[in-house]
Amino acid sequence: MTARVITITSGKGGVGKTTTTANVGVALALLGKRVVCLDGDIGLRNLDVVLGLENRIVYDLVDVIEGRCKLRQAMIKDKRLSELYLLPASQKRDKSAVRPDDLKKLCEDLRPDHDYILIDSAAGIEEGFRTAIAPADEVVIVTNPEVSAVRDADRVVGLVEAAEKGPARLIVNRLKPGLVQRGDMLDTSDVLDILAIDLIGIVPEDETVLISTNRGNPAAFDEKSRAGLAFRNIARRITGEDVPFQTFREETGLFGRFSRLLRRDGRTA
Amino acid sequence: MSTDGIIIKGSRDGLVVTLGSGAWHNALADFEARLTASPEFFKGARVGLNVGPRRLTEIDARAARDLLVRYDVILWAIISADEETQHVAAMLGMDAAVPQRETKTRPVEAPVPTPPPPQPEHSSSDEVELGLVVRRTLRSGQSLRHTGSVAVVGDVNPGAEIVAGGDVVVWGKLRGTVHAGAMGDEAAIVCALDLAPTQLRIAQHIARSPEDRRRKPVPEVARVRSGKIVAESWEAK
Ligand SMILES: Nc1ncnc2c1ncn2[C@@H]1O[C@H](COP(=O)(O)OP(=O)(O)O)[C@@H](O)[C@H]1O
Ligand SMILES: [Mg+2]
Repeated sequence: MTARVITITSGKGGVGKTTTTANVGVALALLGKRVVCLDGDIGLRNLDVVLGLENRIVYDLVDVIEGRCKLRQAMIKDKRLSELYLLPASQKRDKSAVRPDDLKKLCEDLRPDHDYILIDSAAGIEEGFRTAIAPADEVVIVTNPEVSAVRDADRVVGLVEAAEKGPARLIVNRLKPGLVQRGDMLDTSDVLDILAIDLIGIVPEDETVLISTNRGNPAAFDEKSRAGLAFRNIARRITGEDVPFQTFREETGLFGRFSRLLRRDGRTA
Repeated sequence: MSTDGIIIKGSRDGLVVTLGSGAWHNALADFEARLTASPEFFKGARVGLNVGPRRLTEIDARAARDLLVRYDVILWAIISADEETQHVAAMLGMDAAVPQRETKTRPVEAPVPTPPPPQPEHSSSDEVELGLVVRRTLRSGQSLRHTGSVAVVGDVNPGAEIVAGGDVVVWGKLRGTVHAGAMGDEAAIVCALDLAPTQLRIAQHIARSPEDRRRKPVPEVARVRSGKIVAESWEAK
């Protein structure tokens, strides 16, 4: 048994990488998996805040790499789930402090004792992206259904291919079903039409994300949150389960389009 | 080969231009003549100069870089067998070799983009340039330049760019920017299963796609007719 390393990245910033890492991490741990959420966005640390573990940080990733502490000392055990750990990034240092080989080595040390290592990364065009995907067995790209975000995501799909870490899988985050219906937002099928990679989740725009983020209590814990459900479904798909894609209430007929697209890719919804 | 002995090939990182033999200043002047002859083809290109066994000083290298910048060309590499020249390239922040990543790691798949095979010795002009087949989707930010014709088996996404001396054939959706006949050939054509480029150029002509996104895609071919680019259905021919 050895952990699967999944790097979560995007083309542009602010699309929901950190939110996704925290929520999918929680959801996997809720399924009984042993999970490490690793903050690979060096210098822009915030995974700890979203997970509500900021006040427990003593050592960080760079301390481990530079030998100032043992790996176990830097790992923060979640207060709610016994099998969820956070490995925080350093706030102060620049991104060159962690090299691809450092992160690979770190992940090798973590693999035997866990099931999943999720790496929250910098956006694909930023420095640090290469480091974050170096140890990855799989790359998940988060995008918003907006033309510019999709354009940047496409660039990262290309970078992931070039780094021989492809094919990446896709999460469409902050979908607003009402806007899609009125033709004011790209539909998931429009996004897939351009990127032509496998879809692993659609997360609706949901204010419970913002509220839960502020409380350091990810939406995946919240039974009633629609985004939380979407993240729990993503976690189940990551474990290999075949979970149908959600229909969001405002969207009539949208589900039919998703399943058609998925079938074309050889996967049934 | 043409008389100046210059060989131009596409690579993943940009064009690789192998200069002819002879004195450095003459070889560079010959390349400048190429730049002057087809400015549209080279505009915006990344070029790696293969200088063979020549030893370049830092002044030579800087001069080459500055010359290319005047044609809106970025010099990304100076490829030389000479160690000192490699050192000069490195000092100026350029590569000194063409990265070999794809050919090495994926021997079964056709290395992409496939460099055209060397031209037979007896061919006397650039017009017999062989085609380049690329079997993957060109994604945003990726750019492909080739002196001959280009065939893409895959899509050309928005933000991707193809510049070809000859025709461009896309067995897939063409949404990026494409320039066929970029060295002045008005007879060049562009065809695609779904022809919806951001911008389409043939020789010096420019066209944009109409904005009707919801049309049903049909295979089309674009060519220059009476001084204008027109797109015609492949079926209706
Ligand atoms: N599905 C969603 N619904 C509402 N707000 C969201 C959603 N996903 C992310 N956000 C918000 O978007 C902002 C950026 O998210 P974040 O995860 O920090 O992005 P990144 O890590 O990619 O920079 C945060 O304020 C977050 O709360
Ligand atoms: Mg983030």
